[in-house]
Amino acid sequence: MRHVKKECVAMILAGGQGARLYALTQEMAKPAVPYGGKYRLIDFPLSNCVNSGIDTVGVLTQYLPLVLNEYIGNGHPWGLDRVHGGVHVLAPYESSGGKSWYSGTANAIYQNINFVDRYNPEYVAILAGDHIYKMNYAKMLDHHKATEADVTIAVLEVPWEEASRFGIMATDENGVINEFAEKPAEPKSNLASMGVYIYSWQTLKKYLIANENDVTAKKDFGGNIIPDMLKDGCKMVAYNFDAYWKDVGTIDSLWEANMDLLNPKIPLDLYDPNWRVYSRTDVMQPHYCGDNCTIENSMISEGCNIDGQVDSSILFAGVTIEKGAAVNYSIVMPGATVKAGAVVQYSIVGENSVIEENATVGGDPATIADKDSWGVAVVGHGVDIKADTNVPPKAMIDKQRA
Amino acid sequence: MASKRVSAAGIIFANMHDSTITDLTKIRTTGSVPFGGRYRLIDFPLSNMVNSGISSVGVITKSNYQSLLDHLGSGDEWDLSRKTGGLFLLPPYGRAADSYAAGGLYRGRLEALANVIRFIERVSDDYVVMCDCDVVANVDFKKILKAHIQKGADITAVYGRGSYTHDTLKTKTVLNVNQDGLVYDVLIRPRFEKLNKLGGGEASGDEHSCVEANVSLNMFVMSKEFLLNMVKESASRNLYNFEIDVIQHRCKELKIIGYQYDGVYSQIDSIMSYHKANMALMDFAKRADVFNSERPIYTKIRDEAPAKYGLEACVTNSLIADGCIIEGSVENCVLFRGVKVGKHAVVRNSIIMQDAEIGEKCEMNYVIADKDVTLGSYRTLEGTENYPVFVDKGAKV
Repeated sequence: MRHVKKECVAMILAGGQGARLYALTQEMAKPAVPYGGKYRLIDFPLSNCVNSGIDTVGVLTQYLPLVLNEYIGNGHPWGLDRVHGGVHVLAPYESSGGKSWYSGTANAIYQNINFVDRYNPEYVAILAGDHIYKMNYAKMLDHHKATEADVTIAVLEVPWEEASRFGIMATDENGVINEFAEKPAEPKSNLASMGVYIYSWQTLKKYLIANENDVTAKKDFGGNIIPDMLKDGCKMVAYNFDAYWKDVGTIDSLWEANMDLLNPKIPLDLYDPNWRVYSRTDVMQPHYCGDNCTIENSMISEGCNIDGQVDSSILFAGVTIEKGAAVNYSIVMPGATVKAGAVVQYSIVGENSVIEENATVGGDPATIADKDSWGVAVVGHGVDIKADTNVPPKAMIDKQRA
Repeated sequence: MASKRVSAAGIIFANMHDSTITDLTKIRTTGSVPFGGRYRLIDFPLSNMVNSGISSVGVITKSNYQSLLDHLGSGDEWDLSRKTGGLFLLPPYGRAADSYAAGGLYRGRLEALANVIRFIERVSDDYVVMCDCDVVANVDFKKILKAHIQKGADITAVYGRGSYTHDTLKTKTVLNVNQDGLVYDVLIRPRFEKLNKLGGGEASGDEHSCVEANVSLNMFVMSKEFLLNMVKESASRNLYNFEIDVIQHRCKELKIIGYQYDGVYSQIDSIMSYHKANMALMDFAKRADVFNSERPIYTKIRDEAPAKYGLEACVTNSLIADGCIIEGSVENCVLFRGVKVGKHAVVRNSIIMQDAEIGEKCEMNYVIADKDVTLGSYRTLEGTENYPVFVDKGAKV
């Protein structure tokens, strides 16, 4: 097949397990975790690509790829079903050389050098598949070209006290990176890498091959590629990003990131017609609010039937909240049901789960004396919480432990 | 040798009944009239056909069809973007009708069919399902096709049986069927007195009294061969009205079988019935029947975020589509995608189409607002159940 040259190809790293999301990632990789009433995390980098004019995207999967494969499909919902380019799911494969699982982020790209080479691009954007942000990669690419960099790394100012949780870049006054430290105990800067890189492809390819041939090297970007390039004097430029960005590594941060959508002070606008976030959704009728419902400060998706009380919550498609049920400060994923008399607060309820009559899930932190024993309660996907039972704050119930 | 699989092609008339809801069809076809918060009327027949295994669908249109073409696109949202078959848009292609079937603006279904005869000849299916866009229902045409074949009918005409008043019946077509299901009498826009006699209802002069009647849902099944002959024969006699010239005049001569549709349906033939059909979706059982999850109603996707409710929102008995931002009160309403309701605004008994912006402290009751309407603050619009106020597309109040 003939391939048309592309200026920039994006590679999305979507193999992450998201182990700290426990019950929510038992059946799907982290980038497939539902977010914001109708999205999955991977919708953000995919939509960013499309909105930035990048039409050739490889999605690297490894951990539990079924949900993600099915979700991405032919890429139609994102406009990525293209004659030339489009989205391609790239799973690890076996070849005569015996290569198999991706042993790190750099190795994952290394194993797909042939995919990228088909499009003969000048640049490659390496993106994380599980971050929530709206970013125009075209502007970053312009910056990359203007500074004649070998690699441009998007950075975000983080509070100093949190800096040691990130990959930290120290830069000179021109934004050229002169030091990089992965999760430093004593950070020299508060510019954190967002996991968004634009590389000049030929340079990256050289380093990927060298990294692969070095048996002692770690096979990921933070571990070896970036330090090696820095050591060799490659031009590495920081690209400042100052809008909303969130990495939802834990249950609490996933919950918070959803709650951010209800906070008018937080600048993540999903309603901007000029920068839509696309997703694959089932066709469902508009949601119905019954005679007994009260809904405040919430986001509600299509196909829901609501006759109970909903406050500061996010309901995904096809959720049922019966009369007399209450849902506060919670996230209820697609197809779940909260039955009459049940109370769900400060919780995440997984897909197609059922909270039976008069059950209670989660609790208000204000009512709990010992703050350490408080946390967001999680009911995993497809779990049935029996009538009149109680799921305390911070508890995590999955199918095995229902 | 295996017998050939029974299959049907579909034909949808997008412009029929335009004149019954003129406010809504000023700028569009009946098929592209917005309905139920996120749909267009054509989504119902089109999805029904797709869900019934029909894979070639021709959409006949005549005028004002830009919004229809825009909505349907390549048909992929209905899974009709296919290598074989799929969606065929059939707008008029000739000059205005200077002679029968010149490809111009047709006068009735028969003439319209004559204009697209090549489409019908070319489909590989042995049967044709034909319908308009005036009925909101979840119909399984597979069952109707099966009954059609079983009974050996020339034409199967689908009807709904219901209770009608003088007012609601005067725009309909009544099919009287005998105990074998044979249509023996057809009344087009029937008079109440006449109906009492024929339908066996109680005679009464009261305009609110009801009679039971079989009302045509404008859905027909016939074999392709029968259809082609009928169209050619009618052309040579210069007959163009399918309902009068075939169903009514030839009902004694042809085997026209009535098929009673038992599901929930709403037939739209006035602005009142349009309002009522939207409001009918508030009923859980009706909604579940029309939006059967096994047989989804497809529509164009718009990629809106979920609806957002503000701190002072108060919404009851309403259907709310994605992309709405609600900060006021909404009661007994259908809000389409992207509608904004300002703080302390009160919207009741209304249908607000997509992207309307309703300012703070507005009051609206029995309003049908077309797309892209803007209401400044403190505006009041008040209609009544029988005469809802209609606001034109793009109007600024």
